[in-house]
Amino acid sequence: MSGDQHIRVVLAKLGLDGHDRGIKVVARILRDAGMEVIYLGLRQTTASIVAAAEQEDADAIGLSMHNASHMTLAPAMIEALSDAELDIPVIVGGIVPDQDLEPLRDAGVAAVLGPGASAQEVAEVVRDAVAAHAS
Amino acid sequence: MTARTGTAPKTIDELYDAARSGHRRSLGRLLTKVERGGPDAEQISELAHPDAGAAHIIGITGAPGAGKSTLTGQLVGLLADAGRRPAVLAVDPSSPLTGGAILGDRIRMDVPASPGATSRDASQTTPPEIDERVFIRSMATRGHSGGLALAVPLAVRLFDAVGYDPVIIETVGVGQVEVDVVGAADTALVVMTPGMGDAVQANKAGLLEVADVFVVNKADRPGASDVRRDLELMLDLSHLTGQEAADGYRPPIIMSSALDGTGARDVLDAAEGHLHHLDEGDGRVTRRRQRVQTEIEARMIQDLSARAAAVLASAEGAAVVADAERGEVPPTRASAALLARIVRPDTG
Repeated sequence: MSGDQHIRVVLAKLGLDGHDRGIKVVARILRDAGMEVIYLGLRQTTASIVAAAEQEDADAIGLSMHNASHMTLAPAMIEALSDAELDIPVIVGGIVPDQDLEPLRDAGVAAVLGPGASAQEVAEVVRDAVAAHAS
Repeated sequence: MTARTGTAPKTIDELYDAARSGHRRSLGRLLTKVERGGPDAEQISELAHPDAGAAHIIGITGAPGAGKSTLTGQLVGLLADAGRRPAVLAVDPSSPLTGGAILGDRIRMDVPASPGATSRDASQTTPPEIDERVFIRSMATRGHSGGLALAVPLAVRLFDAVGYDPVIIETVGVGQVEVDVVGAADTALVVMTPGMGDAVQANKAGLLEVADVFVVNKADRPGASDVRRDLELMLDLSHLTGQEAADGYRPPIIMSSALDGTGARDVLDAAEGHLHHLDEGDGRVTRRRQRVQTEIEARMIQDLSARAAAVLASAEGAAVVADAERGEVPPTRASAALLARIVRPDTG
């Protein structure tokens, strides 16, 4: 594979959560890490994210969640991707209590990034998730 | 995870056949290969070329924030409503430092996205008819071998070949390649807004020459009629200096407000009117020839510059560069000497 290919990440907020400062920061971090960010922003649905992921040939999907909906919406996203036969890692960022980490992983979430994650860590987690899936 | 990928199309041929029968994931994959260039892209070009040629290719350009994406979203909605299958190639700039990009055009394209589905309703993953007709792909300006000049025409041809019509290319009107890409479309739309300086500014940007349809967006804002008047004047001046089209075509000026959709229908009608105008003569053939020539030229230049880089990296290249650096030969003669290594004189 040539060295000039960029990881393509779809970034979105699912449902009615309107806290989009974090996702904008993450978009900038991933851009500055050399990735191509397809920024969907607020009020997306599982269907709109699936549509974007397949049209954009996304390598990863980043969901920003700040309203405690992650236990419902993250698994719904995984299921929607699976129904569409899309094998793309989903990374959740935002406010996720510790006790939810394992259930989310069991549901198929590739990684969870919480507050305090460094820019380097964010980019690494995305890279690792993509690499783990590509193999 | 799911092991269903085993049944998914894998080879380029399989992906292409699947894309032609409407498999969007396969088309998404092919577009990535187009961006990456190389043998895969060449194979896609071979496959798509015979099947392409039916689509109306529309370029949309204008300054950042002019409302191109919002307008494109509305055009796409109208087209899909009318039973068409529009595709959009949204080109956004990459960071010159990292090569990364934030591709934010989709967010403005409020294509009615699955009104039936709610985010909680995971069972509803089949988007409705309208969504199925539209395909939007974002492309960054950097980071594909050969650059925009190679990736865009091939992506457009691929959309065309698998049945999308029209194919809309949206670019920011900065940079010659972007302007060229839009200028080579069948129909070029230039989006202007009030408050961005008068038409003299637009003249500088070199956008006026490529426009087949002018859109004055944000027409609800003060100054919109001034923009229109300035454009009319510029078009009058083209007449005066003999720069107008030989067939007397004068680009219409459409007032629109993409926020609420005012004028979107008029923009579409004007774009289709321009296509009819082209088809009254041999306009479409001329444009297509120009497009193909530009693409072939871009490909040749890419090939030549790769060879030039290889020669420069060779021992002989290094020796010639060292000679020039010591002042023994001027760069003009050095380049001629090295060029002779990659282009055989008897073919030139």
